[in-house]
Amino acid sequence: MRALTWHGKHDVRVDTVDDPEILNPRDAIIKISSTAICGSDLHLYDGFIPTMKAGDILGHEFMGEVVETGPGSTLVKGQRVVVPFTIACGSCYHCGKHQYSACDNGNPADNQDIGMELYGQPMSGLFGYSHLTGGYAGGQAEYVRVPFSDVGPIVVPEGLDDDEVLFLSDILPTGWQAAENADIEPGDTVAVWGCGPVGLFAVQSAFLMGAARVIAIDHFPRRLELARKFGAETINFEESKTYEALMEMTGGIGPDAVIDAVGLEAHGFFVDNVVDQIKASTFLGTDRIHSIRQAIVACRKGGRVSMAASSTSSRSAPSWKRGLRSRPGRPACSTTCQVCSTRSSKARSTRPS
Amino acid sequence: MASVRDDAPPTTSKSRETRNSAVDAFPQDRGDTLIGRSVTINRPRAELYAYWRDFARLPTFMENVERVEMLSPTRSHWVVKAPGGKTVEWDALVTEEREGELIAWASTEDADVPNSGRIEFRDAGARGTIVTATIVYDPPAGLVGKIIAKMFQREPAIQARRDLRRFKQLMETGEVATSSRTRAQLQEEKA
Repeated sequence: MRALTWHGKHDVRVDTVDDPEILNPRDAIIKISSTAICGSDLHLYDGFIPTMKAGDILGHEFMGEVVETGPGSTLVKGQRVVVPFTIACGSCYHCGKHQYSACDNGNPADNQDIGMELYGQPMSGLFGYSHLTGGYAGGQAEYVRVPFSDVGPIVVPEGLDDDEVLFLSDILPTGWQAAENADIEPGDTVAVWGCGPVGLFAVQSAFLMGAARVIAIDHFPRRLELARKFGAETINFEESKTYEALMEMTGGIGPDAVIDAVGLEAHGFFVDNVVDQIKASTFLGTDRIHSIRQAIVACRKGGRVSMAASSTSSRSAPSWKRGLRSRPGRPACSTTCQVCSTRSSKARSTRPS
Repeated sequence: MASVRDDAPPTTSKSRETRNSAVDAFPQDRGDTLIGRSVTINRPRAELYAYWRDFARLPTFMENVERVEMLSPTRSHWVVKAPGGKTVEWDALVTEEREGELIAWASTEDADVPNSGRIEFRDAGARGTIVTATIVYDPPAGLVGKIIAKMFQREPAIQARRDLRRFKQLMETGEVATSSRTRAQLQEEKA
């Protein structure tokens, strides 16, 4: 078959490679009908992601027709399916908690060592996204082998075109979860950095979850125009100072929740960005995360920060990759002192003398 | 003066002394290098124990084990891949056994790679079973052997943690995950 393969930084080629085969009982083979290029594919293309090998097949957003199934697959030949980019087993503790991207078993045993070294614990397998996440062949190809095909793939209902469902493979759920992780409360003002597909889906999801206002930030006028169509107010960071604009637009309070949908290759000529870029090109650092820093600084006190976009730095990646929830904060003493005082006097009165 | 004990298992100790005394506490230790690794498997204890106790099935997830023959319920013959396409063989004896809880073994005196160990199964409530492997062994041909073994990823500590992951995969999902695309690639990976 023909497939898009990675050969090095800024070197991808369409090669002829062997067709995939059924190897495990729960496998299925999908004939690709549509595939997308994700923003995170650019991180591979630009050489930001370690553990890529020459010849790796790219692509983690794809859909197609089931052409072959293993005896343990629940799919049926001829079905049209969208395939989520995470490879999850459906039977481990994490899958049981619906934390599929933290699946214990989707990543082959030998590949799990890398994730353990870098992030403390390996994550699930991913299609077409380096050997850190399993070394699975991706879907920018004619065919793909889908492991645990009884868990991930979504059968497409009749009457829906590829274009209407393809985004279920990654960017729509990524945008939705970005908004979910922002714990949006009715009436909130939410700011979204980045109006790529993920950011635009996050804008729409935030409104669906009850946000009263969404402020979208980017520098491409076309993208900002789309965000405006979905009801967002916009800031073009090339024309306005983002932090100042956000403060003025929220009466000096800052947004209640902020969503970063840019991640490790932030654009723009900012001091920290330039420093990060120098670090990345001299191997002192692995990302430039201007938008994440700015989102944190602009968020209102006691607000919520949602980081949807990729991060690879040694500081943030162990949290990001593994979906950790951290809650920094100085104690809100007036309330917590009350609680502690009540609890300790209660403990004293029940303590055996 | 007795030092303040912590609850960390001796396999994680920074002190050579602590690790050595853990080796000494081992019934019939066969070596001086101690490794230990635990994994939680989302299956009942009895099921995991039963699968493991049939040693002939171990090669389904132990990639470096070519085959295990059961000579008697307590004596087995092991054929194990070694660096450079060779194999090493030995007989192992079950030295202790508690149904559903523990299997301990030791290689016979004349083994090429002397080894002994135990595999323990403990209930972990709703999370299934904690499986802990503790192995005492002699690295083949000293330091050089160990480096070569490591290069070929047959270093026992690496092998043990990967074997346990594969055991977990097999028990939880019914298969061992692979990212190979073709049967030929899969064979190559297992070789």
